[in-house]
Amino acid sequence: MSPGLYAPHSLRNAVIRFAGNSQDGIQSIGGFLARLAGRTAQEVMTYMTIPSTISGGPSIFQVHIGSGEVLHAGDEADVLVAFYQHSYDSHLGALRDGGVCLYDSGEVKEVRHERGIKHIGIPFTAATVEAVGGSTRDRGKNMFVLGLVCAVFNLDKEKLIGIVSRQFGKKDESVLRNAMLAFDAGFAYEVGDLERFAFEHGEAGDGHRISTDGNQMLTAGLIAAGVRYGAAYPITPWSSIMESLRAELPKYGGIYVQAEDELAAVSMTLGAAFAGHLAVTGSAGPGLSLKMEALSYASMAELPIIVINVQRGGPSTGLPTSVEQSDLMQAIYGSHGDCPRIVLAPQDVEDCFYIALEAGRLARKYSCPVIILSDQALSSRIEAFAEPDLDVHWVEPHIDLSTRREDYRPYPLDRTTQHAPPGSRMSSGKYPVISGLEHDEWGHPSGSPKMHSQMTGKRRQKLIDAAAEFPLPKVHGHQEGDVLIVGWGSTYGPIKESADRLPAEGFKVGALHLRHLHPLPNGLETIFNRYEHIVVVEMNDYGAYGYGQMATLLRARYCNPAIKSLCKTDGLAFRIREIVTGVEKHLAGAG
Amino acid sequence: MSTVLPSATVTEPEDRLTKKALTADHPTWCPGCGDFAVLNIFYRVLEKLQYPHEKIVCVAGIGCSSRFPYFMNTHGIHFIHGRALPLATGISLSRPDVHVFVFGGDGDGFSIGGNHLNHAARKNVKLTYVIMDNFVYGLTKKQTSPTSPIGFKSKTDPTGSVDRPINPMKQLLASGATFIARTHAAQVKHMEQVFERAILHDGFSVVECLSECVMFYAGAFDDSTPRKGGTFETVDETQHDVTDEGAAFKLAENLAPGKFGVYYQVQRPTKNDLEQKWITETQAKIGGASQKDLLRKRLEAMR
Ligand SMILES: Cc1ncc(C[n+]2csc(CCOP(=O)(O)OP(=O)(O)O)c2C)c(N)n1
Ligand code: SF4
Ligand SMILES: [Mg+2]
Repeated sequence: MSPGLYAPHSLRNAVIRFAGNSQDGIQSIGGFLARLAGRTAQEVMTYMTIPSTISGGPSIFQVHIGSGEVLHAGDEADVLVAFYQHSYDSHLGALRDGGVCLYDSGEVKEVRHERGIKHIGIPFTAATVEAVGGSTRDRGKNMFVLGLVCAVFNLDKEKLIGIVSRQFGKKDESVLRNAMLAFDAGFAYEVGDLERFAFEHGEAGDGHRISTDGNQMLTAGLIAAGVRYGAAYPITPWSSIMESLRAELPKYGGIYVQAEDELAAVSMTLGAAFAGHLAVTGSAGPGLSLKMEALSYASMAELPIIVINVQRGGPSTGLPTSVEQSDLMQAIYGSHGDCPRIVLAPQDVEDCFYIALEAGRLARKYSCPVIILSDQALSSRIEAFAEPDLDVHWVEPHIDLSTRREDYRPYPLDRTTQHAPPGSRMSSGKYPVISGLEHDEWGHPSGSPKMHSQMTGKRRQKLIDAAAEFPLPKVHGHQEGDVLIVGWGSTYGPIKESADRLPAEGFKVGALHLRHLHPLPNGLETIFNRYEHIVVVEMNDYGAYGYGQMATLLRARYCNPAIKSLCKTDGLAFRIREIVTGVEKHLAGAG
Repeated sequence: MSTVLPSATVTEPEDRLTKKALTADHPTWCPGCGDFAVLNIFYRVLEKLQYPHEKIVCVAGIGCSSRFPYFMNTHGIHFIHGRALPLATGISLSRPDVHVFVFGGDGDGFSIGGNHLNHAARKNVKLTYVIMDNFVYGLTKKQTSPTSPIGFKSKTDPTGSVDRPINPMKQLLASGATFIARTHAAQVKHMEQVFERAILHDGFSVVECLSECVMFYAGAFDDSTPRKGGTFETVDETQHDVTDEGAAFKLAENLAPGKFGVYYQVQRPTKNDLEQKWITETQAKIGGASQKDLLRKRLEAMR
């Protein structure tokens, strides 16, 4: 490729960043591109920022499309599409050396020719107005840009139009017509001195692929797991799950309630659980704080519920539309008393589906609360992956209202509790009372010191049993060596990619990702012992003693001084570069 | 129809539901506590109504009065302070086949649980709620409650309480409850009639039952106890139209000691019915697709 012309490192991969204002509809065109990638057997991961105010403001949508595995949204962009001067000024730095900047020449007046970046000014606004007609002003310029990108990257135009039509099809006919006018104008626009590209064909296997975000996959997973009831209170970035459940569950004969607050929501959910259903509540950090008293009750009363925390930046109202993993300790220990509960974290969008299924199974099996720690990044980013096979994963909801045997006890010391919901007859004639007071095996309040110790042990046993059944996670990369990078939650992709890049520096690097956060699976120490350094990467603070929340737990659990932390609290997902240099520092002994 | 909601299980006729069958642990209340009478009358009303034993559910928060579920041999749940109503909401909405009864005190209902009361009432969730009002915090040993009169000397107001108490009837009227009544634990016949009407009401029915705490507020209700020289005056429903909200507010103006009986009763669709209606309409629209196919279609739309 001739110098001066845009030469992406590989057309197996491209990162496109759209920078504009939230009203410009860049989220929707980013979504179209992500969906197209999924449909054309490519991998994709997106990343967006949304202003936390309703009136809008600067916003970006970044799409990383690749023909091989795509594990992150891209550290730097290959192409920047700038809608305004402020978008240009804020994001030019995110464009790689020699990248391409397409900008609205009607808005961006000052460009900086630097780092071999190729600038192409196109009047997005004026060309859109001309194509669609004056009355709509500049609405539709996102579609103009989509047409432009479609042409530049040789995307499958027919499929793309299909996706767009389906989206707009629900609206007024004229909306689709105008959108297509703008799209065609962009597609036909003569960009001049710019090479056209084509992605290599993807390698994804047989079967259908879908593209969506983490909140949608959690919702689908919950329904597949047999959840039909629950309640919640709106909060970003959890709301879209409750909105979907509210709209979807009636189709399945269920009800999702908008409660007056989060403690009411978890209480209603516990009511449904007591009534014999698998039920879910959820929120973000502030709401989880409110739910804590009832979650302690759920451990004591041994009621099965799923609780989702889509984490955002804290403390307090914090950063509502940013990502953080600072609610781990709260998830495990946030309630009063010794109250065992299971904590899981999905590693990517696809995993949101399977983690919800697993949460449902564990809640029922151990009759205890199961918390799912998702986060803002997972909630909103789009990925493409194989469509789950419902013939394999579907769980039919059911309530066991069989008549209970003569010797039924709600809290047997020698077995895991399985409640008899209302409607179940008792052969003994004695009906159970579910209790938050310490109780004996029949649920009668008991202050006996011996009973409290025994019941605490009975509840603790669930965690011991769960730890024994959790699979030991597989190490990616070197199975022993210089450093093991440990992560949990949405950092899975960037950590894996970083582990692949570090050996280039001559290190033996492995990556381990935890999905079961509490209890931890048995046997992790045997993995930890095989590495010189263990670096736990998390999006939370080093705290008073220099360790992030998971690192603190792992150090306490394994007493292994090799365990160190790589933390950050800027509210943004980890970049590959940050992990690579952070781990290198540890290797150099400077961490 | 939903496949999740258990259709009323066909049950062979059981023995008559008797007080004996309904009795569980001996109450831990202080001798003379007003709550004993409430429990006894509740047994009696259930004996009369003869609901299937396994379909009766007793729910409570925390307080002396909230110990109620332990003393009832029915499915029961003793929850946390102030949150019994949302818990009961979850049961009622997800199990239309069971009868949900909620018990609690004035602190549990009007203070820590006050906002839940407003919302369960306005949503008209199908259940019956009995507030055993003793004008004091009993379980925690004599602190001021939201119904304690001004001047009441408690451990948190040693020189007499200064905060204006709430007016339970006005509060409940404003909340949107569809059945609101007031009764007295020392008037067992009256209590029985009121409970029965409350339970038979199709919607959110709430009863404030004055129930003396002999330990920490003895004599609180002497002014409405004839054998202590008070007057027990009942609502005359030939004069008071229970569907007239304005009249009910008027009736609630003076509750010292005020009148006893049904203040307000109207029919409004319950949340249970409205949600079920939505389910039925939604399911009719999508035809006979299986639940698994429904989710499959949703996933296919993401292709
Ligand atoms: C979250 C919480 N706060 C405080 C308490 C302590 N507490 C238990 S019962 C109660 C008040 C009980 O008064 P009331 O509801 O009037 O019931 P009574 O005992 O008078 O029947 C309080 C403050 C608690 N259990 N939980
Ligand atoms: S303290 Fe008062 S309310 Fe509680 S049991 Fe004793 S008399 Fe009844
Ligand atoms: Mg009280």
